[in-house]
Amino acid sequence: MTGIVILGVAVVVAVTFGVFRRATDGAFAAESESTTWTQVSAALPSASLGERATLVQFSSAFCAPCRTTRVVLADIAEQRDGVAHLEVDAEQHLELVRALDVRRTPTTLVLDASGHEVARAAGAPRRDQVLAVLPIGATP
Amino acid sequence: MIDPRGPRFTAAVTLVVLAVALLVPTPAAVVVVAGQAVFFAIGAGLGVQHTPTAVVFRTLVRPRLAPPAALEDARPPRFAQGVGLLFTVAALIAFATGAVLVAQVAIGFAVVAALLNAVFGLCLGCELYLLGLRLRTA
Repeated sequence: MTGIVILGVAVVVAVTFGVFRRATDGAFAAESESTTWTQVSAALPSASLGERATLVQFSSAFCAPCRTTRVVLADIAEQRDGVAHLEVDAEQHLELVRALDVRRTPTTLVLDASGHEVARAAGAPRRDQVLAVLPIGATP
Repeated sequence: MIDPRGPRFTAAVTLVVLAVALLVPTPAAVVVVAGQAVFFAIGAGLGVQHTPTAVVFRTLVRPRLAPPAALEDARPPRFAQGVGLLFTVAALIAFATGAVLVAQVAIGFAVVAALLNAVFGLCLGCELYLLGLRLRTA
């Protein structure tokens, strides 16, 4: 009897969480964080800021959607002038992960030309979701 | 690199096995959970391509499907098998000490993870991995 109850609760919890995740994954929320690039470049001295925008992607090894995200962001960076894609291994940069409060992989931060964070999304974003928040004005 | 539908098929079978474990009386439940623990151990130890469900998928299911849109890294599902193994071992220890309710709750957590994986393609263990790292060295 208890087993049935536990099974029922587990199924309801899982379905609720799964539906919630499906709705919110990859959705960008507006941010206004002026020190993000300062923190990123302190952890990754060789990284360079894109002329118009930078897509900072946090990834880890045990992360299937990170691969999808990499393909989407790299493609956008290649097609749009002045947009850079920077992938950060979260496991190698835990200090930065904590400082920027990254909780999941993939997490994508969108930085403007001056390195201010303007948006972020947890979970794999679709191409159109990224383009909608890209701070580069009218695109060719 | 593996077909991402393989681990989802495995998760679906796991979900059914674990549901059965919650529905049958205790002596039978122990046998079912022990069997699932062996599957998890094979997946975590040898790789997800070597579990009995992966073999079934490869020989019986995959030939009937279209080719996959993309291949996937085998490490995340393998890690998930390890997480599943922890829950089933915890359940077996609880059964052994007579704490049937504790065992069933542990199986319940494994059901949540298996359902999220099978239905939504979401790897809960993989997501908790980064949070675990953050906490450990904080």
